Amino acid sequence: MTLPAANTLASTLDVRDAVKSYGEVKALQGVSMSIAPGQFMALLGPNGAGKSTLFQLLSGLFVPDGGAIRVCGEDFLGKPTVGLAKIGVVFQQPTLDLDLSVTGNMRFHAALHGLGRAGRERIAPLLAQVGLAGSEDKVCRTLSGGNRRKVELARALLHKPALLLMDEATVGLDPQSRTALMALVKGLCRDQGLSVLWATHLVNEAETADRVYVLHRGRKLTEGTPAEVTAASGCSTLEEAFLKMTVPPPGSTGGGKPEEKPV
Amino acid sequence: MRAGHALEALGAISFRELRKFMQQRSRLLSALVRPLLWLVVFAAGFRNVFGVAVIEPYSSFIEYQVYVAPGLLGMICLFNGIQSSLAMVYDREMGMMRLLLTAPLPRAWLLACKLVAGTLLSLVQAYAFLIVCALFGVDLPWIGWLYALPALLLGGLMLGALGLLLSVYIKQIENFASTMNFVIFPMFFMSSALYPLWKLKESGADWLYWVASVNPFTHMVELTRFAMYEQINTTSLAVVAGSTTLFFVWAAYGYDPQRGMVKKRAQA
Repeated sequence: MTLPAANTLASTLDVRDAVKSYGEVKALQGVSMSIAPGQFMALLGPNGAGKSTLFQLLSGLFVPDGGAIRVCGEDFLGKPTVGLAKIGVVFQQPTLDLDLSVTGNMRFHAALHGLGRAGRERIAPLLAQVGLAGSEDKVCRTLSGGNRRKVELARALLHKPALLLMDEATVGLDPQSRTALMALVKGLCRDQGLSVLWATHLVNEAETADRVYVLHRGRKLTEGTPAEVTAASGCSTLEEAFLKMTVPPPGSTGGGKPEEKPV
Repeated sequence: MRAGHALEALGAISFRELRKFMQQRSRLLSALVRPLLWLVVFAAGFRNVFGVAVIEPYSSFIEYQVYVAPGLLGMICLFNGIQSSLAMVYDREMGMMRLLLTAPLPRAWLLACKLVAGTLLSLVQAYAFLIVCALFGVDLPWIGWLYALPALLLGGLMLGALGLLLSVYIKQIENFASTMNFVIFPMFFMSSALYPLWKLKESGADWLYWVASVNPFTHMVELTRFAMYEQINTTSLAVVAGSTTLFFVWAAYGYDPQRGMVKKRAQA
């Protein structure tokens, strides 16, 4: 807990000692995290570190066995619907209705969030903002992977969230789309004060973040600016630092990944 | 939860299910062919086996086709209810369900929306089948089309809620075959859908008679059968309403992130 108390009160996301087990597997063993408004936090961790579990807790899919989660100061576990209205999520798996148009998908989301007419009117400008002007009526199946992700981003922003959760959102994208998506989200942090939790296992994505949070085996290894994390490990690059921190002990197999079965 | 928000979500979810259904012509076709086979083939062979006894709600001797029609309407709701739940399992694996659950609405309401949407599909199919019945000359009272609506609605909700409940416990899509064997077929055959219950009693199959009498599906069929002749079977109404409530509350509990099965199963 490096942040002073006054600062913690103002944070968009505040996780305290979150614990989550699946039977024998301890997916999270007391994780604490705080994200300030406008902050871009990269959540870095190898596969099975507990990133997906943390995201499942933050998107209200499951509740932790112990600990507390506050979103914009509100108790997320006690009043999940209040918190969910302030959270936008882009999932790792595609969640677009591929037979529906871009606008159709957006409208469905607007209805789920009860945004009414004002929400529907935000759809077109938002699509333009993510670079999809002119694609409003295209069926999502015809879009490229990168553009589908942009639709999902626009959708996650439609209800004006304070916190954006990106769960390995760049998986499967080519480098250009990856960079474009990242630049887009960074711009939102800077211009609109959006807080972002960006989960990734790619170190180069974490290098440009405001802060890096390294999760490993359900625990926080370190947290700080990319430079701080690199310096603290005594390495010259973040990549080296990350590899040094998360080197598996001989004979270990790593943690399990909940709900990610090969299809 | 604002009422406007709740209704907006209900409308969107229902519309989405209807649109998806309309895009799958084969689904409507198979939903109609299945009961049609029973109506045409089975009923033809069974016509003479069926006794002459007049039972409630019928006031005179009726053809077997007339007897079996409400049972086949029930069958449509049964298959559709279970099929909609199967779609939920699919949605869960594919991530769509996750998106739905991030909507800032109580989870029980989101499940209720799914249930209503699935039931609307049941009604569409049931009325399509009634048209087929009319085309095949099955002598059902026209006013019954109207009176059957609340019965089919409630019955559809009950079977949809049963489907929701199953979807909590079905782990994977592949388990549909066993659901057919252990849920759909026993419910359908051990009911009054194909033959009146006194037939079972008369043939000495007491345990079967007993099972069929408490089978909620029997009561769904009887509720529809009576409604078609402008009557209310209060026992059936009570059983169907009670079962609907039980199945839904149980399913909602199962989907509750704090307590339910979904929580326990996450690693499976």
